[in-house]
Amino acid sequence: MSPTTWGWLVLLFPLLGTVVIGLGFKKLGEGLAGWVGTAMIALSFVCSVGALISLLGRHAGTSGAGRELTSSLWTYAAGGSLDAKLQILVDPISVFMILVVSGVSTLIHLYSISYMKSDAGKSRYFAYLNFFVLSMLILVLAGNFVLLTIGWGLVGAASYLLISFWYRRNTATKAGIKAFVINVVGDVGLVLGTFLLLRHTGTVSFLQTFRVLPHVFHKDSTDLVAACLLLLVGAFAKSAQVPLHTWLPDAMEGPTPVSSLIHAATMVTAGVYLIVRMHPLFELAPTAAAVGAIVGCVTLLVAGSIALVVTDLKRVIAYSTMSQIGYMIMGASAGAYSAALFHLMTHAFFKALLFMAAGSIIGAMAGNQNLDKISGFRKAMPFTFICFIVGGLALSGIPPFSGWLSKDQIIGYLLQRGGGWAILGVLGYVGALLTGLYTFRLIFRMFWGKPCAEAAELEQGHLAHAHTPTNPMTGEEEDTEVGFPGPEHAIAERELPMKVAMGMLAALATVGGVLQIPGVDHVIQNFLSSSFVGSKLASLSAEPSTGTAWLGLVIGAVIGLVGITAAFVIWVRKPGVAPALQARFGGVHQFLVNKWYFDELIDLVIVRPVLALGRIGDVVLDRGLVSGGLTGGGTGVVEAGSALVRRLQTGLLRSYAAMMVLGLAAIALYFLVNAS
Amino acid sequence: MAIGWYLTVSVLIFCIGLTGVLVRRNPLVILLCLELMLNAANLALVAFARMHGGEAGQIFALIVMVVAACEVTVGLGLIVAISRRGLAVDVDELRELGG
Repeated sequence: MSPTTWGWLVLLFPLLGTVVIGLGFKKLGEGLAGWVGTAMIALSFVCSVGALISLLGRHAGTSGAGRELTSSLWTYAAGGSLDAKLQILVDPISVFMILVVSGVSTLIHLYSISYMKSDAGKSRYFAYLNFFVLSMLILVLAGNFVLLTIGWGLVGAASYLLISFWYRRNTATKAGIKAFVINVVGDVGLVLGTFLLLRHTGTVSFLQTFRVLPHVFHKDSTDLVAACLLLLVGAFAKSAQVPLHTWLPDAMEGPTPVSSLIHAATMVTAGVYLIVRMHPLFELAPTAAAVGAIVGCVTLLVAGSIALVVTDLKRVIAYSTMSQIGYMIMGASAGAYSAALFHLMTHAFFKALLFMAAGSIIGAMAGNQNLDKISGFRKAMPFTFICFIVGGLALSGIPPFSGWLSKDQIIGYLLQRGGGWAILGVLGYVGALLTGLYTFRLIFRMFWGKPCAEAAELEQGHLAHAHTPTNPMTGEEEDTEVGFPGPEHAIAERELPMKVAMGMLAALATVGGVLQIPGVDHVIQNFLSSSFVGSKLASLSAEPSTGTAWLGLVIGAVIGLVGITAAFVIWVRKPGVAPALQARFGGVHQFLVNKWYFDELIDLVIVRPVLALGRIGDVVLDRGLVSGGLTGGGTGVVEAGSALVRRLQTGLLRSYAAMMVLGLAAIALYFLVNAS
Repeated sequence: MAIGWYLTVSVLIFCIGLTGVLVRRNPLVILLCLELMLNAANLALVAFARMHGGEAGQIFALIVMVVAACEVTVGLGLIVAISRRGLAVDVDELRELGG
């Protein structure tokens, strides 16, 4: 079969899963929905592998065109050079993405079967989950801007559905709305950017756009930079980059496997993918690329610093995702495409793993995720502990785990490019230090120390279930009828599907890096190279030599270890240090606890002015002009007119008769006068 | 005899009817006066028919009589209904349709 046939099959199975679970949940029963959903995504993964094998069987040729296949089902609109089709593009980039997305999603589905087993809305959950994966697969397989926008919008909608999945929680519905609104800002950016490009290139197809690009734009032309910046707005909103990042920590209101899915596979990576996919545009608009890289770097540091003080278990991991996506955006903008995608893949492995392990801890804590309450779980949950350590080491970039190799390739590339890019690279090392610090702060606080009540209970073999379920965010009692997590909790130690999913991800997070070791092999780079033939930045000469690369790796590992050691000293060896630091730098601590006041800033700069404008519109335009002037004036005229005419209707029969006579007399007179 | 006399009589009867409709308040009398106006018109029609020697005018007069009969039936029925409900038999009192 041709790669495009496999591509359509990749989309078919999640769609089938969504429809079958969504419509047939009564026939399927609660137990089967999860397995059907998992099987569909697994089949999708199998088809992705099929696409990979089939694509490898083709010769790329010198231009790489041999491995760029498009296929369309039907045409939305055609006219002039415009060709908006339902078209997919199967090339190394999209095949790489569908492999990561469907592969990691399969494991997350498997994990969900156990994690969500006592939830009343299980079928709804798996229908949404399949829909989410479908949306992301549409996004990465799209062959033109039209389908890309469709996938982009569907991902936002699916995230809204899943973040506010427990819809009886006020906090969850608010978080869902926030995510959706910020994503719509990104959608608008993407669509406007597309229009701006369409105006010049006259086509929406990716390949066609890249072909005509050098003929219609000169380097750094204003319109191209504007279009690229608009595309970046879309990428920033989806990938939670400053200042459009505030939805991501709030999105932790969703079920933990959903967080895992959003962070590892289906959502925040979309921005990175967009920049890599649009690399010919960004290479022709270096200004826009620089903006992207700087924003990525800022996000990396801002998120890393916030993660140091957050006390919500899942939010720490959420900020670490923002920070890691910052690396990818920075790398992709600078031209380290295969390194960025490589980091995307390893990050998907260890971040999904970390969230799953966090879910297991939250299960053991009966839904509570406050770090101040969690401690000493090392003995009670050995499997979760090992998984957390593996994920944490990979995240901090410690050899031989996968994150070590992938992160340092991005930094190495930036240092090699020199100039201002090298500064970003050095800041990347600062980020690596923060990563080690906050990751192991989390681990030490959760697993070391005196076991908390729940951990002690679990050591006795008893899993805690809350008597009266409460919302972990606000502490208020929960409505337990619908849209509620269920009274039972699941932990990895007792559930085989969770164990299998976490075990596989732990293995991948450990060895995933072997795909690309400097001086040894370049599997990913070689596979992707045909997509970047035309790119000056991606050619091998721009990348560091083996010796320099290894030097970078050693530096990265040392920095990571320094971070971990510091965390060990602060949170294990001398427990008094952390409160002392908080007291000493109270202002800084407060600043970080309030997340750099980004929510307040957005509130002040955007929300309040818009609200004020709305109030003005309400009072002046709506009530004043429309209700008062137009509606009131119109009814006034009609009322006055009818009051006038009403006088004629006296009800006196004889006056009516007189009027008829007068009227007839007038008509007769008229004809008589005219006749003469 | 010239047609003028017929028409003079017709106009006189019509004006008597019209005045009756406009000034009287008893519906029964108004109905009678309407009848007068219709028959004045009939007289004019028949006079013209005779002058022109055609029969269209005469047939038209017959049709007017039929319509007048119907109208009287309905009108009398209304008047009987009004008096049966104990309402004043006076068109100036019956003015509920006034705006």
